[in-house]
Amino acid sequence: MLEVTGLRVAYGGIQAVRGISFHVNEGEMVALIGANGAGKTSTLKALARLIDAAGGSVRLRGEEISKLAPHRLVGQGIALVPEGRGVFPRMSILENLQMGAYCRSDRDGIDADIEHVFTLFPRLKERARQLAGTMSGGEQQMLALGRALMSRPQLLLLDEPSMGLAPIMVQKIFEVIRTVAAEGMTILLVEQNARLALETSQRGYVMESGEITLSGESAELLADPKVRAAYLGE
Amino acid sequence: MAMDTFLQQIINGLVLGSIYALVALGYTMVYGIMGLINFAHGEVVMIGALVALTVINLLAGSGLPGIVIALIGLIAAAPVCMATGFAIERIAYRPLRRAPRLAPLITAIGVSIVLQNLAMLIWGRRYHSFPPILPSTGYEIFGATISGLQIAIVVIAALMMAGLSLLVQRTRLGRAMRATAENPQIAQLMGVDINRIISLTFVIGSALAAVAGLMVSANYSIAHYYMGFILGLKAFTAAVLGGIGNLAGAMLGGILLGLIEALGAGYIGDLTGGFLGSHYQDVFAFFVLILVLVFRPSGLVGEKVAERA
Repeated sequence: MLEVTGLRVAYGGIQAVRGISFHVNEGEMVALIGANGAGKTSTLKALARLIDAAGGSVRLRGEEISKLAPHRLVGQGIALVPEGRGVFPRMSILENLQMGAYCRSDRDGIDADIEHVFTLFPRLKERARQLAGTMSGGEQQMLALGRALMSRPQLLLLDEPSMGLAPIMVQKIFEVIRTVAAEGMTILLVEQNARLALETSQRGYVMESGEITLSGESAELLADPKVRAAYLGE
Repeated sequence: MAMDTFLQQIINGLVLGSIYALVALGYTMVYGIMGLINFAHGEVVMIGALVALTVINLLAGSGLPGIVIALIGLIAAAPVCMATGFAIERIAYRPLRRAPRLAPLITAIGVSIVLQNLAMLIWGRRYHSFPPILPSTGYEIFGATISGLQIAIVVIAALMMAGLSLLVQRTRLGRAMRATAENPQIAQLMGVDINRIISLTFVIGSALAAVAGLMVSANYSIAHYYMGFILGLKAFTAAVLGGIGNLAGAMLGGILLGLIEALGAGYIGDLTGGFLGSHYQDVFAFFVLILVLVFRPSGLVGEKVAERA
């Protein structure tokens, strides 16, 4: 479904992503792991067109999307849950979810999907009228995930969904991510928590200083001594 | 200090304040969305006033009812103002979206000068007077007088503000505007074309400016190419007083500033033993601006301003 070839991202003269290639098949969850500063978030930002790539190609179902205007991406079926969640703090939970469905006009479908998000995250339903900025980090992560689902994406990009959350919250969020994946969603998961990411995904790529150094089945990567030493703290 | 004088100044202040509020909304909407002070906004009001007045003067002898003529004047002025607002953003601000914040401030002043001189070329340096087409009947309440025009100004301004609030709070477009104001990058991720939203913000603010322009010229019976400068500064003061970036704040700030000015002008003679007269009216607005900036830079209902980068 997603085919990335030779993607490069540079900030000024500094190359953050040095020509990486990877792919995500339909219905698959793929993890992109690596240390802080390895270029994972830059990769996702380039995919979501929040920053311009310095080179390479990004194809979604065969169609080149790396030159698309950022606001057109959601129409192509891509939704990003950004690092740091990025909810609209002065809008209510409900309005944040409605923003997720900004490009849709099927009112009944939107209402049904809001209910669906509320069943995934009952906490959000209780606080539907509350301003997003008043919620805890974990609740905001739930909202960001729910909001991304509201666009009915075909490809979900998750940027560090566990970052800064209490372990119990991380568990809850990943439970929902697994549920969404089980419903057939294609997911690219960027995580610093390598164990969690590899345990959740089918395949994985390891990024190091802007390059992909390892790839394979997640179970194999979990067993790989290099991965264990570098990312699993063993 | 008689009660009727006091009431009269309150009425005058409300009328003036309604106009300030409409203009202040234009400043605050643009600031809310882009963190930019559109110092050319006052000139949009001026253009609205002069276009409306030109049309109104053309039709003044036509025998049409005065209200209809005024309405036609507005219908002519609104699209011109909206186009001007749109063009200002496209030409002066959009190319500088990623420039340091001082750059668009300078182009704003440049646009302001260009528009003033353009207006001077088109309409000349003279004062254009508003023909006596509107009924001048006054209504007396507790010894003070309020004219039909004054009532109309306050009511129309209130309706426009209510309409804008509904638009921003209740509609999909309004949600997109607020989302863009809060975080343009994330708004884009949701599929919001932020360039379109920014253009629309300028266009809506300029439509309000057209209404305000007609109101000012009808209220003072006069318009000229230089009127936008001081009016713009005062409306900007009103926006800062209420809390720049905040719609309710702009409305509140506008009304308050109108009241402060009217009451100040009414009583400054008494307060200073006749030393200063009512022509010091303008001093109040800027005195208020200084006080607000010193003691409460976030304005009356504003939140932290520094939050927006």
